[in-house]
Amino acid sequence: MSPSETTSVPGDGGYLPGTHPDLKPPSNVHGPVHWVKVNLFGSLTNTVLTLLVAYLLYTIIPQLADWMFFNAAFEGESRKACRAVAPDGACWAFIGNRLPLFIYGFYPEPERWRVDLSFLLLILALVPVLYDNMPHRGKALVYSCLYPLIAAFFLVGGIGLERVSTDQFGGLMLNVIIGVTGIAFSLPIGIVLALGRQSQLPIVRILCIGFIEFIRGVPLITLFFVAAVMLSYFVPPGTSFDLLVRILIMGTLFASGYMAEVIRGGLQAIPRGQYEAADAMGLTYWKSMRLIILPQAMKISIPGVVNTFIGLYKDTTLVIVIGRLDILGIGNSSLADTKWQGLSTEVYVFVAIFFFVSCFAMSRYSLWLEKKLHTGH
Amino acid sequence: MTTAEKLAGETRDAGEPNILLRLWRNKDTRSVILQILTVALLFAFLAYIVNNAILNLAALGKTFSFDFLDLPASYDINQTLISYTSQSTHFRAMLVGLLNTALVAFFGVITATILGFLLGIIRLSDNWIASRIVYCFIEIVRNVPVLLHILFIHGIIVHVLPSPKKALDLGDSIFLSNRGLTIPDPVFGDGFSYTVIAFFVAIGAVIYFRLWAKKVRESTGKIYPVFLISTGILIGLPLLVFVVTGSPLSWLVPELGRFNLKGGITMIPEFLALWLALSLYTSAFIAEIVRAGINAINKGQWEASQAVGMKRNRVLQLVIIPQALRIIIPPLTSQYLNLTKNSSLAIAIGYMDIVATIGGITMMQTGKEMETMILVMAIYLSFSLLISAFMNWYNKRMKLVER
Amino acid sequence: MNKVSFALAAVAAAALTLGAPAAKAGTLEDVKKRGVLNCIVNTGLPGFSYTDKSGRWKGFDADMCRSVAAAVLGDGEKVKFIPATGKTRFTLLNSKEGDVLIRNTTWTFVRDVDVKLNYVHTTYYDGQGFLIRKSKGVKSAKELGGATICIQTGTTTELNLADYFRANNMKYKPVPIESNEEARKNYLADRCDVYTTDASGLAATRATFDDADKHIVLPEIISKEPLGPVVRHGDDQWADIVRWTIYALIAGEEHGITAANADKMASSSNNPNVKRLLGSEGDLGKMIGLDKQWARRAIQAQGNYEEIFERNVGLKTPVGLARGLNAHYLDGGLQYSPPFR
Repeated sequence: MSPSETTSVPGDGGYLPGTHPDLKPPSNVHGPVHWVKVNLFGSLTNTVLTLLVAYLLYTIIPQLADWMFFNAAFEGESRKACRAVAPDGACWAFIGNRLPLFIYGFYPEPERWRVDLSFLLLILALVPVLYDNMPHRGKALVYSCLYPLIAAFFLVGGIGLERVSTDQFGGLMLNVIIGVTGIAFSLPIGIVLALGRQSQLPIVRILCIGFIEFIRGVPLITLFFVAAVMLSYFVPPGTSFDLLVRILIMGTLFASGYMAEVIRGGLQAIPRGQYEAADAMGLTYWKSMRLIILPQAMKISIPGVVNTFIGLYKDTTLVIVIGRLDILGIGNSSLADTKWQGLSTEVYVFVAIFFFVSCFAMSRYSLWLEKKLHTGH
Repeated sequence: MTTAEKLAGETRDAGEPNILLRLWRNKDTRSVILQILTVALLFAFLAYIVNNAILNLAALGKTFSFDFLDLPASYDINQTLISYTSQSTHFRAMLVGLLNTALVAFFGVITATILGFLLGIIRLSDNWIASRIVYCFIEIVRNVPVLLHILFIHGIIVHVLPSPKKALDLGDSIFLSNRGLTIPDPVFGDGFSYTVIAFFVAIGAVIYFRLWAKKVRESTGKIYPVFLISTGILIGLPLLVFVVTGSPLSWLVPELGRFNLKGGITMIPEFLALWLALSLYTSAFIAEIVRAGINAINKGQWEASQAVGMKRNRVLQLVIIPQALRIIIPPLTSQYLNLTKNSSLAIAIGYMDIVATIGGITMMQTGKEMETMILVMAIYLSFSLLISAFMNWYNKRMKLVER
Repeated sequence: MNKVSFALAAVAAAALTLGAPAAKAGTLEDVKKRGVLNCIVNTGLPGFSYTDKSGRWKGFDADMCRSVAAAVLGDGEKVKFIPATGKTRFTLLNSKEGDVLIRNTTWTFVRDVDVKLNYVHTTYYDGQGFLIRKSKGVKSAKELGGATICIQTGTTTELNLADYFRANNMKYKPVPIESNEEARKNYLADRCDVYTTDASGLAATRATFDDADKHIVLPEIISKEPLGPVVRHGDDQWADIVRWTIYALIAGEEHGITAANADKMASSSNNPNVKRLLGSEGDLGKMIGLDKQWARRAIQAQGNYEEIFERNVGLKTPVGLARGLNAHYLDGGLQYSPPFR
């Protein structure tokens, strides 16, 4: 059939080329029924899996929802009051009662705006780090680098602001401080360690490997113990330095061990040609690193950096073992109040939800970044 | 400084009067100088802190010594893999703690790996709901601190399981209660050693059979149900010998005492909780590693295998996973290390690992913070190095397969 | 490289600004110069040290801290509370981060001699006991052979328990748990038959049970647990200050001096002992480096020993402890203050 013939016979129910309306696919390959058939009951294993999952959801979800919402008490002044209202539900009144403590710890009430401000400034400091195509990013990054000092000033005080002792830091604020400090300072240290690990100088290399392997080989709680009970032996007699600073140093060293490995991964992913090209240009080692290699390696490493941060952030709850009251510790010490004793499950669930929400958001971000980087190559 | 100038500078070096400056300009000597400086600085720093520590200890009238390890520990431990009483030494208590850490880490690594691979594969399965649920599970598990997992799971075990008086029992011999999982004490009769020998023979037979089956498959393409046959040999042969020698094994069934089941071997709930919690937590990370590893394998590999007519399971088993393993092993090693280190949180629920024994009660009792912490860190470090060494060896072996 | 030096500089700066080097002078001078008493307390122990809704430290131990601060600094609120776990408490004291440790710490030979601590006085005579469900039908600790026992670890508890069971030739299964809250949970879930810790802690824990009358504390008290404030070896003046501040609280009870009537008593009392104690006669304070009114302020801050006891752990509180051994010696107890003269 020639093309001219088809166009010339529009009358017998035919269509002009390109004018035929899309036909619906046969009903057995689309629609919800088909979707369910293929995706849920496609094979025997699939069917079993689906049924198993459905059963699990059916047994767990309603109970959980009852405990958490429908049978829970949201108001009350003691555990007994809660139990009177809600004998088999959660007692969220406790969390509500202590919420400021959970967030600010023992930070003096009239000064708490400083913590809020620091949180706010932190968000502002994160913007240039997270969005690489914002205008004036370079200048904004300077602010981000200065942020730890600014925050330290606001939180600790001095020059016009009332001094707040670091012992009064607690709750969520403590988790964020340890996490953010750890990541901010471990990044440069991690870069140095990663470069040192690949260095041509054998002794530097051995030292860096030794340090990284040591940090990665011992649990964080032992490092916190060192901060609490051993570091004070290592400073000259008669001097001491703040426990929080010691914890921060240990948290930073811990994170930098992991950071070094993340960045090493980034460095190794850079094609050899880049190194050779930099050498061919006659750049010195530091120049080639600063101008060619590191910018590329850092870009690849960002998802890993975010993951390291999530790991460190979750681990900050371990300061409880040395008596520092973070969000979990505040919960525990509040439970020593005889009015509220026996509500540890509520505390754990609250803290778990809190960590889940913040860490999940961060891991989503890291995933998004990973995808973005993926398409870039 | 341009390159030309720099080159000129280097050639000028020969004429430089100052020998130190000249050495500095030379790349090789400079690196030597730098390294000597680094070492000198490091030693100076170490000497400084050691000196401080000595002065501080002297000021407090304390000494640095490990003599306390020979003193009686005076406390009891709830899970002892080697004989131990409260009269044993602190050193012995440390060994018990070390073995408890090793035990939970060993089992944790195994279950976390199995569970992680399973979850990772389900995550990629066609079943929409299963894949979604596993996704939710992974995200919930890995975004909540592991300490909370341990506390939650311990709480659930302790609350949901019945008290020993109402223990769930399997055939009146295995009991499950909130005091743990109790199995009967085996009593070995004469001739049981034959069964043990048969078991080792079976292992040898299986290894031989697998090699043979592989050879057959590679040369003729004939595929034996290797897994089924291996399992059959492994169980069947010892069982046969066992029955033939007249079943020389009896069980001492635990009975209910006033408070607990008496006798039997008990796996305490603290161990169960820690094991489960660490496995779940780590498996979520392993699942993601496995998924990433499998996803990284070129889609063509799937299509090619399917084109040859292989089923999904066999494709995974023979084509995809062996290749993915090369990507998976390095991050897997990190997860194993993390699991071992996370086991240090055992103290939260009362499992007496190395941190709870020597790093806990011993430390508090003797006041030897520095010595005990050094020991604890050294032990964890050796665990980590051992795991790393083993995984590196395994990784090398996998690489050979690459051809 | 810039980033690194920046980071190092920042860390160093932070360390310098935050870490004021402790002078070599005595603890008293340090405290006076600082204007705050650093007091090491428990992270959370019902009745003894816990935080209320506004984050204020409360309890028997916390109040003792305030009394010492009032004696030394003139203001009972000038206290920095340093929460410590069982493992970190002695180090915090020895590294001078705390001036005094008031954290239900048992006075033992090893701690006094080898861990280099100075116990000033026993503010609470305690002993290790056993809490058990009535339904287990146990009347005496001697019947506990084979039981599973939850221990609140971090103290001398494990050692006492091991000794007691060995001496009585019984076996047991220990479940050592770090926090009171977790131990309580395990006990209630019947993970253990028995919960053991200091009897005061048991009473406090039992009081919060929904079915408190279904649990009993067994009659046996298996150990002596003299709990009290601790200071570092080697600073006798400071040890004296803490010791005599506590004695002032006990003497306050003896003479009926309360937070409310201390000022009145100082001027109106004819008892020379009271006059000397409250600083209206003689100058005892000068001898320990304080002013005349130090003891009066200590009592005024949180009340005398009896007031502190009854307010925090007494029978009318949820903790509900009877005075027992901690009654004043005139009432047959052991709280006895040497004479102020």
